[in-house]
Amino acid sequence: MEVMRTAGLSLATLTAAILLGGLLSAIDRRLTARLQSRQGPPLSQPFLDVIKLMAKERMVTNPWQAFSPVASLAAAAFALVLFALQGDLLVVLFVHMVGGVFLVLGAMASPSPYSQTACQRELWQMLCCETLLFLIAGALYLTTGSFRISGMSALSEPLLFRLPFLFAAFLFALTVKMRKSPFDLAGCHHAHQELVRGVYTEYVGPHLGLLEIVHWFDVVLYLAICSLFWATGSRGMVLLPLAAFLAVILLDNVAARLTWRWMLGWGWGAAFVLSAVNLFWLKG
Amino acid sequence: MGLIDKLISTARRRSPWLLHFDCGSCNGCDIETLACLTPVYDVERFGVVNVGNPKHADILLVTGTVNHRNREVLAVLFEQMPEPKVVVAIGACGLSGGIFREAPNVVGGVDKVIPVDVYVPGCPARPEAIIDGVMLALEKFRGKQ
Repeated sequence: MEVMRTAGLSLATLTAAILLGGLLSAIDRRLTARLQSRQGPPLSQPFLDVIKLMAKERMVTNPWQAFSPVASLAAAAFALVLFALQGDLLVVLFVHMVGGVFLVLGAMASPSPYSQTACQRELWQMLCCETLLFLIAGALYLTTGSFRISGMSALSEPLLFRLPFLFAAFLFALTVKMRKSPFDLAGCHHAHQELVRGVYTEYVGPHLGLLEIVHWFDVVLYLAICSLFWATGSRGMVLLPLAAFLAVILLDNVAARLTWRWMLGWGWGAAFVLSAVNLFWLKG
Repeated sequence: MGLIDKLISTARRRSPWLLHFDCGSCNGCDIETLACLTPVYDVERFGVVNVGNPKHADILLVTGTVNHRNREVLAVLFEQMPEPKVVVAIGACGLSGGIFREAPNVVGGVDKVIPVDVYVPGCPARPEAIIDGVMLALEKFRGKQ
């Protein structure tokens, strides 16, 4: 019975994540269009894009390009399911990172200079973001005494009041993960990327479609982690991630792309200092 | 037609990703092509995305005359696009070589090198004509296997 319940919850989570991820992507494109005085595509656009990609020809220059998107999707889906089952946040982060590693592995398998350069940038991004996320997980442990998500969602006071600086650091990681300016270095959604489409350049048709779904899963997972900062009520759990999402889109439209050195400066400089201050404050 | 075929056909018609290649245009047609993406015409309403990568493109828009230097580039771009794909030649030069057709370095229109599905005339072609051409190309694109 327990197995059936877990399987049902996992299926429901993944279905909801696909619908929510696609919808968020559509809202992103529409809002961006409105900010540029355009109308933008319909809300069904991301789903149509993925369906079209799935029906395109398969072109691979290396078997890794076919295997990596599947492995990446499996890892992203598993991380989401673990989160929904209120498991261990550290395990969720590790599994999520495996998905990112496979994305890089597949892109590295091609000798394309666009792909290779973008992979280096993606690794820098991972180095920046994942360490911040582990710091956040550490702070959550200091606050609740456990890495388990169930413990974090049973608090009486929103974590945001105790971890305001870490939340700012998290917003930085969210900007990087959503592949938005000023940190859309390794791959973005627009044609104006100087590396064509960065890590996605060499993925074609169905493989690119799978990676689009992986991106939706990643964004949903990050927003779910964001909701932990206000896990005392359903209103806060919806409004806080929504506000963070809108803030990132606004930033994307007003900021130009920075270099990876700037990202390291902000990530390892500002965000780490903020995190350290918050951690000392917690301990003090 | 089964449900899945219908879904794929609808998705193809409403999600065209374009690759624009300037073979040797005077930039008149290029400016008009890019004008389609501006707030005035906003082709993203129809799901159109201007991509910079042939491997992600569905429709190849070619402007300008083909010459002996760029004919190989054009052929490689076409080859790198995954099936199904369609090609739209834009402007008098893309159609036949235009006023440059007698020049010694000019091969002629785009169809001398790759198969063209839709021809959009004009010098330069108007944005409305280009959008019409893309829509016509989409009808061919959705039916291709």
